[in-house]
Amino acid sequence: MRLFLKGILEVLGLILRLNKVFRDINVMSLFKKTVYLVVFLLSVTSHVVHAELIIDITEGIQSQQKIAIVPFAVHSASAKKETEEISRIISADLSGSGDFSVLAKESMLSSPTKVEQVKYRHWAVAGQDYLVIGSILKEGKAYKIKVSLLDVVKKQMVTEFRLSATTGSIRKAAHYLSDAIYKSIMGIDGVFSSRIAYITTENTSKKQKQYSLFIADYDGHNAVAITKSKEPLMSPAWSPNGQHIAYVSFENKVSEIFVQTLATGDRRSVAKHKGINGSPAWSPDGKKLAITLSKSGNSDIYVLNLANASLKKLTKSWAIDTEASWSPDGGSILFTSSRGQGAQLYIMSAQGRTAAERLTFEGDYNARGSFSKDGKRIVMIQAVKGNYRVAVLDRESGQTTILSHGRGDESPSFSPNGQVVIYARRKAGKEILSLVSIDGLKKQDIKHTSGSVREPVWAPKK
Amino acid sequence: MTLYKKVVAIIMMALFLSACSDDVLKDKLGTEDESNVQNIGYKDGDGLDVETVSIGEGESGYITELMQSETFSDPSSPLSKRIIYFEYDSSTVKQEFIPVIEAHANYLTNNPNQTINLVGHSDERGTREYNIALAEQRAQSVYKMLQVLGVMSHQMNVISYGEEKPESLGQTAEDFSLNRRVEVVYQ
Repeated sequence: MRLFLKGILEVLGLILRLNKVFRDINVMSLFKKTVYLVVFLLSVTSHVVHAELIIDITEGIQSQQKIAIVPFAVHSASAKKETEEISRIISADLSGSGDFSVLAKESMLSSPTKVEQVKYRHWAVAGQDYLVIGSILKEGKAYKIKVSLLDVVKKQMVTEFRLSATTGSIRKAAHYLSDAIYKSIMGIDGVFSSRIAYITTENTSKKQKQYSLFIADYDGHNAVAITKSKEPLMSPAWSPNGQHIAYVSFENKVSEIFVQTLATGDRRSVAKHKGINGSPAWSPDGKKLAITLSKSGNSDIYVLNLANASLKKLTKSWAIDTEASWSPDGGSILFTSSRGQGAQLYIMSAQGRTAAERLTFEGDYNARGSFSKDGKRIVMIQAVKGNYRVAVLDRESGQTTILSHGRGDESPSFSPNGQVVIYARRKAGKEILSLVSIDGLKKQDIKHTSGSVREPVWAPKK
Repeated sequence: MTLYKKVVAIIMMALFLSACSDDVLKDKLGTEDESNVQNIGYKDGDGLDVETVSIGEGESGYITELMQSETFSDPSSPLSKRIIYFEYDSSTVKQEFIPVIEAHANYLTNNPNQTINLVGHSDERGTREYNIALAEQRAQSVYKMLQVLGVMSHQMNVISYGEEKPESLGQTAEDFSLNRRVEVVYQ
């Protein structure tokens, strides 16, 4: 029976994919032959911590686009390392997304580096849908990168990308190219240039822990600890422009909300009331924070105006009200409340004038909801029979899909393109980060080299 | 050698005492100092010269603080119990802990200059911020009960750590039950 259902699901998935391919071909014809991109990216100078996350695909690859990425041509010996790195990162990005199967170098019948050298039959024989070729030219300190995406079936070039990078921005440039290739084929933005924030804990001695708030590329590279403390750090939240992070720190033994500016490292305390100071959530215009305070004796949701520090109380129930999250239009606030039976999600006007409406009815416990960027979906933690899992609620159909299978999964956060959810789960006694596609079919673990990793939050798209 | 004997004696004693729950045993194990009075408190990290003792792999950073009173270490006194445990997703004080709270209320009303922290905790199930709120509700339940029993509000301070500082690190039902707690910490 299960096998039968799985079969049906696979067929449905295939139909959806085929639909998408046809739609994308139309979209692609709109693309002009050549897109010029110039990005001079400054290298990140802050200290880089070598506690890297490694992506590890764990299950469920359905239909995939087949793509060959031919090693790029090296025009100067001094650029060999960078050239190899770029092809390697693009391969890792595309295969890591689960949407692509990348052809092994050994299976390539030729190694073209220019469009006129391409023999399409070599790639058709190998069953490929797309081909990526390119070259890198070093001019002074700049690497001039030229990459072409070709359609093997239609035997024509789809797009050509040109960009410049410096040694420090090679990785960034490669992610940028992965995004461009992904968008050309899939019709939606990739996540490869995006960043995440997360909290790590490590035992520094028998008695002490070190809590760190990290910022890293989506794949865990370029990880930088922006705050460290011996006391808990919690609930990081990106400002909509990606320039600030709000978080909760217990560094003074009590909870306190800070807003830190990433570029300068400067931070300020924005909430230090008696009791709980928690769950910061930025309004879409970046001017306000919805926060949880218990200064009146019970946890309630308030809106803090960052410009003048004025506070407005939105909930007044005797129950727990926390984990606020704004709707993308800024008009409503989603939150967790125990006012009914156990924790459930509710939605209310961001002005707080109308009664809150209950949104979740399935499961014993629904908490920490947040919207996808288009507002169509809500990702949350749902408990059924004592297992806490990541679930997505489709607002239009009202249907809930469980995406994870752990016992204590936590902190789900949508990718900027809304196609992937990052969350924390327990594996072999440690907390690790995991990625899952919103159809629940593609899963990857992101392994951390030491300690426990949790509370991942995906940065908004810049 | 004397220290070894002492520790063994303490363990034996601790094991024999019927009223002796986990926390008391840990109190005893913490008594390596010459003085035999102590109190469990949170590590303060504020430069105080305090002895630190590792408990349960040292995860939650407890210390023993020396207090000039024997009341708290006498296992026959309800005052030696300074942890109140709760049911899952509940902040209702269970019947069995009412005598404990009454004993602390009695002590605090007789010592109006004494202040305490009521530190709320939860198990790891559910979301972190919800657990912060839940653990605070637990500490508030104890606070309100103490208040009704005559303790002045300025003597009490509520702190919630949610699931951030577990007492027991495992994922069994027993670990979870040890983590759903409010600690009465004398200042």
